[in-house]
Parts: sequence; structure tokens; C-alpha cells
Amino acid sequence: MTAVPAETGLKASSERGRLARARLLRGLLPALSLVLVLLAIAWLNPRAISYFGFSLMLNLAIPIALATIAQMFVIAGNELDLSIGTFVGFVGCVTATWLKDAPLVGVLILLGSICVYALLGALIYLRNLPSIVVTLGMSFVWQGLAILILPKPGGKAPDWLLSLMAFKPPFIPFPIIAALLIAAVVHFGLMRTSYGVILRGSGGNAAALSRAGWSLLKTKVMLFALAGLFGVLSGMALIGITTSADANIGNGYTLLAIAGVILGGGEFVGGRISPIGAVIGALTLALAASPLLTFMHIPPDWQVAANGAILIIVLAARVLISRRER
Amino acid sequence: MKKILVLSALAAMLASGDALADTSDKKIAFSNNYAGNSWRQAMLNSYAIVTKKAVADGVVAAADIFTTADKEVPTQAAQVQNLILQGYDAIVINAASPDALNGAIKQACDAGIVVVSFDGIVTEPCAYRVVVDFKDMGRQEVEQMAKFHPEGGNLLEIRGLAGTSIDGTIHAGILEGVAAHPKFKIVGSVTGDWDQTTAQKAVATILPSLPEIVGVVDQGGDGYGAAQAFAAAGKPRPTIIMGNRQDELQWWKEQKDKDGYQTWSASIAPGVSSLAFWVAQQVLDGRTDVPHDLLVPYLAFTQDTFEAELPNIPKGGVASHEYTQEDAIAAIKANIK
Repeated sequence: MTAVPAETGLKASSERGRLARARLLRGLLPALSLVLVLLAIAWLNPRAISYFGFSLMLNLAIPIALATIAQMFVIAGNELDLSIGTFVGFVGCVTATWLKDAPLVGVLILLGSICVYALLGALIYLRNLPSIVVTLGMSFVWQGLAILILPKPGGKAPDWLLSLMAFKPPFIPFPIIAALLIAAVVHFGLMRTSYGVILRGSGGNAAALSRAGWSLLKTKVMLFALAGLFGVLSGMALIGITTSADANIGNGYTLLAIAGVILGGGEFVGGRISPIGAVIGALTLALAASPLLTFMHIPPDWQVAANGAILIIVLAARVLISRRER
Repeated sequence: MKKILVLSALAAMLASGDALADTSDKKIAFSNNYAGNSWRQAMLNSYAIVTKKAVADGVVAAADIFTTADKEVPTQAAQVQNLILQGYDAIVINAASPDALNGAIKQACDAGIVVVSFDGIVTEPCAYRVVVDFKDMGRQEVEQMAKFHPEGGNLLEIRGLAGTSIDGTIHAGILEGVAAHPKFKIVGSVTGDWDQTTAQKAVATILPSLPEIVGVVDQGGDGYGAAQAFAAAGKPRPTIIMGNRQDELQWWKEQKDKDGYQTWSASIAPGVSSLAFWVAQQVLDGRTDVPHDLLVPYLAFTQDTFEAELPNIPKGGVASHEYTQEDAIAAIKANIK
């Protein structure tokens, strides 16, 4: 941060005002990019802006939003989870097999996998290991387990999950309600409760926290357990939509989730995260990557490159604005 | 409104025997999950050639190609949902997963969209599946072998990628053929992964332990490697069934020019994408008798036909065939029982 000039109070207050404006802009940016992408879609394909259209375009954004929230908890503690994608795939395979055929076993496996996540947090803290290495290793473990459970694509989602994900509330499409709900719950838990402050503080200033008597081990375990919990929710939501699983189904989520957090106003270090931003970021990514691209009618040879270009443009806008803050 | 539509469709049916409804205002999308190898490139190319002409001729209003950026299932599921929103009348799809796309496919069907899958097929019952008759291809390999070697003999089998349905089906066909021609005996089996180098290594390893081989039955992509392995081991050259790859046919031509070497070649044509397009067009045309599972023939070349095809195949590529509307009608007819 720049030093505030001390000579004149007027100058200081204008400096403060500028910073506040930049912060506000930063907070609004995720929402702004979402609106921009929506406007582009509306212009390209007006019939997509309807109850039916939003249900279709956004329902696959829900598992991405949940995976993004999972990643956000890990990033809040200055760590990175490279296994969230394959973990979502693993959960998907469990959901499509055990959870349907033997619900009790399925629930136990899923709870067990959340415990594994919590233990990973403990391991990373106690042995002071780089989380990137540990989670990269775990990504192969989850993938291997997923293939073990479901050697070839198949299985079926439990009926209650299917009907939940196909729920059609009046007026507002289900994915929008789900996104609002996820954002509100996590925002309240992490930004409005005192333990939420501690959790974010473990990423912001760990030394101060531990001097104040808080257990950093506990916060790390808590953050990873929450990541596991939201990973499980993401996998279940995904299978509720696709109806059937595939061991490789979640692989793309790892990078999408990281990009979602960053797009949503989070930072890799410092415990600076925003749950609402993360959900909006996930929705923006889901919309920009697929519907926008499909509606633009780009020649097939260029589609793959265009997908990358859209992501870079969306992320670059954020970088431009956050620089003005400094 | 619906009644009027049905009535007008009926009227059109009565007026003209063959073409039922008009598809000139219909839009067909192609959802593809991967474009990163020569077979897929040939597949896209065949599709583009056929559909461009169909659009120019006014058979359909549009036929757009959409390729996903990664091989992921959720990306393609999202893509299918977007195609629904785009208002396409039919979706031709080469799917990333036989089961995991069923949710999106069902949504498409519910929206009244015709879905035709091929190569990477989908199991959702409402979709159509264009499947190549691999079993017959395997059986035919032994039939052809019996023509070249009426006296019978020992065969070496080269299998494809383990665990895939294609490998299993071709293998079953070969076993069926051997059962019909008991003079032949499979004395060895190796895994070639449809790849020249893998096949060459595998064949070279097993060759010393084998008795004299009269023929090699394989799955395509592995014939040239097998030929190299036999040559390197100094063994007599057997009859190797080819798989329509450029290097295989090139080797065949060299051998034929030298001493009249005879064999047979077969594989799935990447152009089967264009057949799937015409099947979608036929369903849009109002045909209600199209079976949901269509078994279509593979592409085969004989001693007399392969040389004419050779110049058309790009180096490192595979022979393809652009199917016509008549081909699709014939294929549908052959599948109506």
C-alpha cells in the first residue's frame, strides 16, 4: 500500500476516497464481468435469456460453483488444492454406485473422504509440506479410486438426487436459487461469524493468530474439511445433472475452480477471498467458456483457442482494476 | 397447430413417395469432443465437405460444427445444452462418454431435438446410434484369408486397445470366422494398440516362438508394423490384413508390384460422421421407421480397388469415404427388420 501523505488531511482523505472507490470497484468487478457476459449472450442469442435458457445454461455451473467454494477454503489458508477435480470425479463415481445401491455405505465413504481431506490439512500443517505437492499426489489417488469403483462409464444417480437437481421452482430457475443459497450460506459463515474471521486470519497473518492463542492446526484442518465437504456436494450435484458417472468426469474442475476464485476477487495469498465473488466467478466462467463460445459461431478450427482467449480477457479485466488499488 | 402439422406431413407423404417433409429450414449441429488426432481430423473434414454441399443445395438450412476445448464430459454436456438453446433441430454427436452425457441428451430429446450419435455413441434410448459392424469385419478377415489360403494354416492375431468395446467386437468376429474355417488356427496373439510401433515391437517379441505363420489377422493401424517385424526377423512374409492406413496400402502396393502379393484391407471410415448427418436428415425428413440402432458397413478395399484409393489418402492418414443421402437410405433400409 502507498504511504498516506501526512501533511494535509485533505489529501489523505482524498487518498482514502480513491482507495475506497478502487475497493468498491474490485468488489463489483466479478458482478460486472458476469453482467457483461450475460449481455453478450443476450445479444447473440436472445432466446437464451429465459427461464428455460437459464436453467439449461447455468445448471452445470452449480457443481463448478461448489468446487470453486471448496478451492476457496483451501486458498483462504494460503494453500492450493490440485486434487479437487479428480476428487469431484471420485465422489461422482461413489454417488452413481454406492450411494444408490447401498446408501449407508455410500454416506460412510463420502464422510470418510471428507475426513481424508481434514487429515491432509493436518499433514500439510504438521510436516510443513507444500500443499501443491501433496494434493497433486492425492489427485492420482482419487483418480485411481474412481477408476476402481467405475472401470467403465455407467452407474446411475439416486432418484432423490435426480429429482432435486431437476427441481423447477416457479419464476426463478433452480440454478439461480442454488447459486444465491450457496453464496449466502458461505458468506455468512466465513465473513460474518467470528470463527470465519479466524479462518481467514490463518491465511492473512498466521503468526499473529498463533500468538493470540489460536490453534493453526485446527484452522488448517477445518479449512480442508470444508473443502472436502464442498467437493462432495459438487460431485453429487454434478451426477444429479448428468444422471450417470464417468471416472474422468471432474478432471477439468481443478483449474476452473482456481480461476473461479481468482476471477471472483480472491488472491492466492493473504486470506483475501470473497465467497459471493467466487460463486459469481464460477458462473461467469461457466457462461463464458461454453454458451458464449457456442453462440458466437466461431469456425471449428479456432474454437479451442477462442475458449482460452475468452478466459484470458475476462481475467485480464480483473487484473487491470486490482492494479489501480495499489 | 400440431394437427395441422401432422396433416400437412401426411399430405406431403401422399404427394411424394420418397421425400416426406421438407428439411430445407432445419438446422443440424455437430457436437464433437476431441479433434486431436488424424482420424478425428479426417472425420471433421468429411463432415464439413458433405454438409457444406448439403447447405449449398438447400437440403438443410445450417450444419455447424462445435468442438469442445477439452475432452471433459461436463464441457460437452454444457455444449449440448447450449445447442438446445440455439434452436437446432438435430444434434449429431461424437460423445465423450457413453453414459455420462445421458442427462443432457435426454434434455435435448425432450426439447424435440433429434440426436444421432456415432463412433463415441450414447446409451440414452431416445438417441440414434450409428455403429460400425466390427464383428462382421473380424469375420470377413478370416473369410478373405480362406480365399488366399484354401489349405488353411497358422494365424497370428494382433489385438487393439485392451478394454475397449471395438477390440472385443473385432476379436469375437475373428473367433467366429475361425470357427467357420477350422483349417485355420490362431497360434499367437499380441496387443498392438492400433499403432504401428507398438504392433511391430509386440510381433517381433513373439515371432521366434511361433511356428510358420500363413496369415496375420488384425484391427487396422498395425499391419505395416507387423510387416516390418516379419522382414526384420527374416521370416517369410505372411498374408497380412491391412487397415486402410496410407503406409499400409503403400507397402501393399510395393509388394504387389514386386511379386503380385495379395491381401485385403478394412477399417472404419472417419466419414461415418457424414452418414450420421444424413441419418439425422432422414429423421428430420419425417421418417418414423428409422431404427435407433443402425449397424453400418465398414470400408473395405480389395486387390483391385486399393490402388485407386491410395493417392487420395494423405501421408500418415487413413482412407475415408463421404457418404451420400442414398447411402444413408440404404443403411436404414438394411437395418429395418
